Amino acid sequence: MKAKSIIGLVITLLVISALVFTAVCGVTIVNPFNGEKYYFPNALDEEYGIKRGLDLVGGSIISFEADMSGVPQTEEPAAEEPVEEATDPAETDEGVAEEVEPNDAEAPADETATETTEEVTTETEEVATETATEAPADTPAGVPSQDDMDAAMAVVRTRLDSQGYYDATVVQRGNKTISIEIPNISDPEEAVQMLGATAKLTFRDPEGNVIMEGGTDVKRATYKYGQTSENGAMEHYVELEFTSEGTRKFSEATTTISANTSGNNYISIYLDEDEISSPRVSEPITMSTCVINGNFTEASASALANQIQSGQLPFALKEAELRSIGPTLGDKALETSLFAAAIGILFVLLFMLIIYRIPGLISCIALMGYISLVVLAISGYFSFLGVNGTLTLPGIAGIVLGVGMAVDANIVIFERIKDELRAGKSARAAVESGFHNALRAIIDSNITTIIAAIVLSIFGTGTIKGFAWTLAIGIIVSMISAVLVTRMLLKIFLNLGLKSPGAFGVKMKKEVQE
Amino acid sequence: MNILKGKKVYFILSAAIILIGLIAYIIFGGLNFGLDFTGGTEIRMNIGQEFNNDDISSIVKDNAGVDSLIQKTGNNEVSIKTEEIETEKRDAVVNAVKEKYALDETSLLEATNVSASASKQLLTDALKALLIAVLCMLVYITIRFDFRSGLAAVLGLLHNVLVLLAIYAVTRMQINSTFVAAVLTIVGYSINNTIIIFDKIRENRKLNRRAPFEEVSGTALNQVLTRTINASITTLATILALYILGIDSIREFSLPIIIGVLIGTYSSMCIATPLWVVLNDKMKKRKKHA
Repeated sequence: MKAKSIIGLVITLLVISALVFTAVCGVTIVNPFNGEKYYFPNALDEEYGIKRGLDLVGGSIISFEADMSGVPQTEEPAAEEPVEEATDPAETDEGVAEEVEPNDAEAPADETATETTEEVTTETEEVATETATEAPADTPAGVPSQDDMDAAMAVVRTRLDSQGYYDATVVQRGNKTISIEIPNISDPEEAVQMLGATAKLTFRDPEGNVIMEGGTDVKRATYKYGQTSENGAMEHYVELEFTSEGTRKFSEATTTISANTSGNNYISIYLDEDEISSPRVSEPITMSTCVINGNFTEASASALANQIQSGQLPFALKEAELRSIGPTLGDKALETSLFAAAIGILFVLLFMLIIYRIPGLISCIALMGYISLVVLAISGYFSFLGVNGTLTLPGIAGIVLGVGMAVDANIVIFERIKDELRAGKSARAAVESGFHNALRAIIDSNITTIIAAIVLSIFGTGTIKGFAWTLAIGIIVSMISAVLVTRMLLKIFLNLGLKSPGAFGVKMKKEVQE
Repeated sequence: MNILKGKKVYFILSAAIILIGLIAYIIFGGLNFGLDFTGGTEIRMNIGQEFNNDDISSIVKDNAGVDSLIQKTGNNEVSIKTEEIETEKRDAVVNAVKEKYALDETSLLEATNVSASASKQLLTDALKALLIAVLCMLVYITIRFDFRSGLAAVLGLLHNVLVLLAIYAVTRMQINSTFVAAVLTIVGYSINNTIIIFDKIRENRKLNRRAPFEEVSGTALNQVLTRTINASITTLATILALYILGIDSIREFSLPIIIGVLIGTYSSMCIATPLWVVLNDKMKKRKKHA
């Protein structure tokens, strides 16, 4: 019994030490047979460790300027060409007219209004009056309306969130610049591309006329993997769901195009000015969904779906500036908060040792395991479970709260054991019933908090999501460490001869008298 | 000693604090939102040498009389963000910085207005998410305990948030986007605390069904008092360390959590538990009358 317990103790200590060691120093394991190296980075590893938030270490600041230059070229035909209803050109016109809204506003409103279809007229007029008050009609370079700026910022925010940059910030500077502060990323150019792309999805007929577009006619874009045709190969693709208006346009267009001669009967799908695919249309399609396929990888297909889903920007964003930026919380934010957290945790360990003696020591061991596990989880070690994080100040608060709760669970258990000991039970019986009674309270309180954390991670935005994640990770790991690990260690210590109430921090009356 | 005997005092005290907060809110015309929410002016300068954020922060304070957020950007450049200030004050800051580091005209890179980085939308979103979370907690507690205790626990949470807001309304301390995370921390902490106490009450009630509810609850409170205090000490220890050793912005973040942990500890014992007792007695009476 004793030998088994000693082995158990040694193994537990080794596992926890290994966790702590990995978290602090990182480990490289070399496969002796083929020399392959497996690298387990430590938490503070610059490249592979914890993704550190903007508030703690800073990152890059990317400034985009609204680029209205693309618009004027398309304006003239839209404003001057007479409109024939119910024919192809009419639809084309409609599409183009919508595209140039901000620009129409700069042109005299009457001219545009009288010459386009009714539907478009109302829209254009609205924009015209709105913009007229905000920006002078003769602004040469084109200043976007505040509404468009707000819309653009919302789109950028959605794109950041969908990529997991919860702590990135988006601000407007002056009247046509959008600045994004984003935590350190490996490839800023790629981020610029991802954030700044207009993501204007257009469907064009063989002559290049725009039939319909993503911004207004597509309700939803989702990434999928599977067959896109019968007997076809498995592939990555994007499925589009049209609005009812979009469905109508699509069926009209496919009716016209399928009547074309072979070789001329296709629809081209463009993202901005890049052609993504050109499926052949052999018969009218009245369905409300359509598939974009081509040579997609999982990443490129889901990125495309994200871009379409988060909406198109009302104008192109031109990269104005890319530079590094210090932590939003000021210099030395990370060092001081880590140092402070370490001091705080040290105090907690000492406190537990003094108040609860041997069980206190056990909870210290468990707590070390807990902290290492959480740190590793945030470093992305469990990313296969969907757990991923960026360390931000709110995140540190989440961890601190988790430490508090892990310790709290132990305190609940130990206080129970003390009660039982005072009631005269033996150490073994006290541990048994102490755990049994405390467990219900711990489970109820932790589940209640987990519910809150999960709801917040689903419905929250930005930093709230980050906080909720670390809190949820913290609670789950703390349940494991505080309940399972502590229990196992306590039993081992019991087997090794722990039985004096004094070792549990209980002052028995007899002891006091002596 | 039964802590619950003083429940009227606790209720009146808390109501008074919230009322004072409300009055302050009306007098001051709302809470004091920080740069994150209001936007302001950003001055960017090329210092061209190593500099200390705190030095620049005090220059801004001396010359424009406002608090600022100092960030290093690019290569020895500085970004100074303040609330919106007049051009004269802005010039005064720029000149003082130039003087301090012996810079010429080209050092001023940009001075422009910046929009808010966190919108009030963030607050309303957080509030909505929190409401859903609270409803889910209410359901869980109702299942595991009963509806009255769930209601008492949730009212306790509401109390915590309101008292914290009242303190912020009265002291005019700045509310930044990290405040939201602080509020959530408090909610998480205090619900945990409350449930531990409620669990003990639930257990004692099973052991002694005849005793009046208030007495049973009072005894339970005393029994878990050591754990309540110890748990508050350990949680406070880490946050206090952040507050004492941290820099300004970290203090700004940890202060509401410290206040919140204190309020949370207080409210679990002196608000949520007596509320459960009161709700329980009320509903029992109603049953008897019926």
